[in-house]
Amino acid sequence: MTSKHSTQPDYQTYLQAWGQEKALALLKEMLVIRTFEEKAEELYALGKVHGTMHLSIGQEASAAGASLALRESDYLLNHHRGHGHCLAWGSDVNLMMAEFLGKETGYCRGRGGSMHIANVEANNLGANGIVGGGIPIAVGVGLSIKLRKTDQVVIVMFGDGAANEGAFHESLNMASIWKLPIIYYCENNQYAMSMAVKRAFNIERISQRACAYGIPGVTMDGNDLFAVYAAVSEAVERARAGNGPTLVEAETYRWRGHSKSDRQAYRTREEVKAWQKKDPIRHYARALGLDDAGMERYRAEASEIIDQAVAFAEASPEPSIDTILEGVYA
Amino acid sequence: MRELSYAEALRECLRQTMTADERVFMIGEDIGIYGGAFGVSAGLLAEFGKERIIDTPISEAGLAGACIGAALTGMRPVGEIQFMDFVALSMEQIVLQAAKIRFMFGGKATVPMVLRMPGGSGTGAAAQHSESLENWFVHVPGLKVVMPSNAYDAKGLLRAAIYDDNPVIFVEHKLLYRTKADVPEEPYEVPLGKSKIVREGSDLTIVATSIMVQRTLQAAEQLAQENIEVEIIDPRTIKPLDSAPIIDSVKKTGRALVVHEAVKMGGFGGEVVSQIVASEAFDYLEAPVRRLAGLDTPIPYNRTLEYHAVPQVENIVDEARKLVQGGY
Repeated sequence: MTSKHSTQPDYQTYLQAWGQEKALALLKEMLVIRTFEEKAEELYALGKVHGTMHLSIGQEASAAGASLALRESDYLLNHHRGHGHCLAWGSDVNLMMAEFLGKETGYCRGRGGSMHIANVEANNLGANGIVGGGIPIAVGVGLSIKLRKTDQVVIVMFGDGAANEGAFHESLNMASIWKLPIIYYCENNQYAMSMAVKRAFNIERISQRACAYGIPGVTMDGNDLFAVYAAVSEAVERARAGNGPTLVEAETYRWRGHSKSDRQAYRTREEVKAWQKKDPIRHYARALGLDDAGMERYRAEASEIIDQAVAFAEASPEPSIDTILEGVYA
Repeated sequence: MRELSYAEALRECLRQTMTADERVFMIGEDIGIYGGAFGVSAGLLAEFGKERIIDTPISEAGLAGACIGAALTGMRPVGEIQFMDFVALSMEQIVLQAAKIRFMFGGKATVPMVLRMPGGSGTGAAAQHSESLENWFVHVPGLKVVMPSNAYDAKGLLRAAIYDDNPVIFVEHKLLYRTKADVPEEPYEVPLGKSKIVREGSDLTIVATSIMVQRTLQAAEQLAQENIEVEIIDPRTIKPLDSAPIIDSVKKTGRALVVHEAVKMGGFGGEVVSQIVASEAFDYLEAPVRRLAGLDTPIPYNRTLEYHAVPQVENIVDEARKLVQGGY
C-alpha cells in the first residue's frame, strides 16, 4: 500500500452532479459553521460561556466535504475541535448552542459542553476531550458493524497531534488486520497546541504512516471541499465494500489559537495571513461563481440562524441542581 | 449438585450467554486457540468461531476501545485483560472514555461492557503480574467493580455484569480459578450491588473480598475452636457497595475487621471502615475498626516474601483473636 497526495478534482463535474440547490446548501453549511464559531468567540468575550472552546474557523471545507461523503446511517467519532463536524453531520444548531451555554435543553443537557457534544440517536458518537481518545473506540464501532453485518462505516476525526498517540498505532493495526470499515480522518491543521507538525513528525505527510499498516493513505487539500469529498468518498467506498480502512489526511489550518488561553507565540502573523488567503469558504464560493458580494445574502442567512440559536439557548433553563447525579449510571 | 471450578463456571456463563444472545462476544489477548492465559475461554473458539472469540494483537488500549465502541453501538462485549496489571495500559479508555461517556452525553448513551481481569498474587509472577488494583476503579464514577470469591458467584455475577448497562470491571483471582463449588447448570444472575453474609457469627464482623473470603472462612473454622464466632460478609460488588448488611452486622457484633489483598494505603478497606464509623454502628463499637491488607510494597518474586506481602489465614486468625480478646 502506498500513500499519495491527491490531485485537484474537476469541480464542474461535481457541481453538475450535485445541482445548484445542493451546491448552495454546502456553501450555506460552511457559512453556518463559521458564524457559529465567530458567535462562540463573541459569547466568550462577553463572559457568557463558562468553559473554554476550540474553534475550527478556517477548517470548514474539511467538515462539510467529509460529511458529504457519508450516509445518515454511518457513524461519526469527533474530536475536541468538533463544532464544524457536528454541524455538518446535520445537528440542530439550537441544541448545540444550548449545550455550549450549558443549558438543560442542550444535546447533553449541559453536562458535556463544547468538547463533548454528541447525538447518539443520530449516530454522532460524540466529540472527545482527550487527544486521540476516539481512535481506539473506532475499532469497536467497526467490529460492531461487522458483527451486525450492516454496510455502515465509521469516520473517526482527529488532529495531527493525535497521530502521535500510541493508541493511533494500536487502532490502525487492528482495523487493518480485521479489515474494519473505518475512515481515519486526520485533520492536519499544522499545530498540536504549540507543537508544529514540522517539529513533531520526521515524515513529509502523516498519511505515509498508512504504509506501516498495509492500508492506503491519502493527503489532500483540506481547504478544498471538492478534494476532501473526493478523498473521503474513495475511502468510504473501500470501507463499504469490505476492503478495510484508509488513512485520510486533510491539510488545513486553524485561524484562531488552540483555545482561549493561546497567545500564539509559536507562529507568525504572516503565516496566519498566508493561510487566510486560502480561505476554504471563499475558495468554494468562487467555484460557484460567487464573489464576496454574491455571498453576502448567505452570510446574512447564516447570521440569522445563529442569532436564533443564541436566543433559544439563552432562553433555555439551566439544569436543576437536584439532577446533578443523573446520567452517571444507567 | 454438580461441582464446577471458578474458571469452568465463568466459561459456562460465557457459553450460555453467547449462545442465547448474538450481541455478546469476547475479545482479548490469546483467548482463541490458546484458550486464555488461565484457560477461561478454552474451547469457545471452536464453538463460536473467530468472529465472536476475537484474538487481539497486544494492544490493551485498542482492546478497551473496541469494547467501548461496540457497546455504544448495540453490542455487549466481554473483554479480557490477560493480567490485571496490564489494565494500566487501558486506563485512558476505561477511565476517561467508558466511565464518562454516558454522563458527558447527558445520560443519552449506554456503554454495556465487561472487562474481565485476573488480579492477585501467589503464583510467583512477581511485581508486574500480581497486583490487586481494584480500588483504582472504585474511585471512578460511572464504573462498577465486581469481585467474585467463588465459582457460584462467578457464574451469576458475570451474567449480571454482561446484562448491566454500565461498564463493569470484573476482577477474578488467579488462585481461585481451580477452586470448586456447587454451580447450577441453568443460567442465573447474582445481582450486582448485593453483599452476602457467607458465615454467621456473634463476636466479630469480617468484611473480605475475593480470595480473602476463602482465607477468612478457613480462619473462622480455627477461631470457632476457640469459641470465637466470626460473621463474614462478602460484598461481591465493591462498587456499588451494599453497606447496609455490614453496618447491621457490626451493630450485632460490635467489632469489625476488613481483609483484602490490595495494599492497605488507599485501599478499599478504608472506605468500608469509614462507612462503618460514620454509621449508627459507631455507637455499638467495642474495639477499634481494623484493616488487614497487603503491605505497601510491589509483590516480591521470592516465595517466602510473596507469601508475607499479603494476608494469610494465620494473620486473619491472629488479628481476629486480638480484636475479640481486647488486644487493641
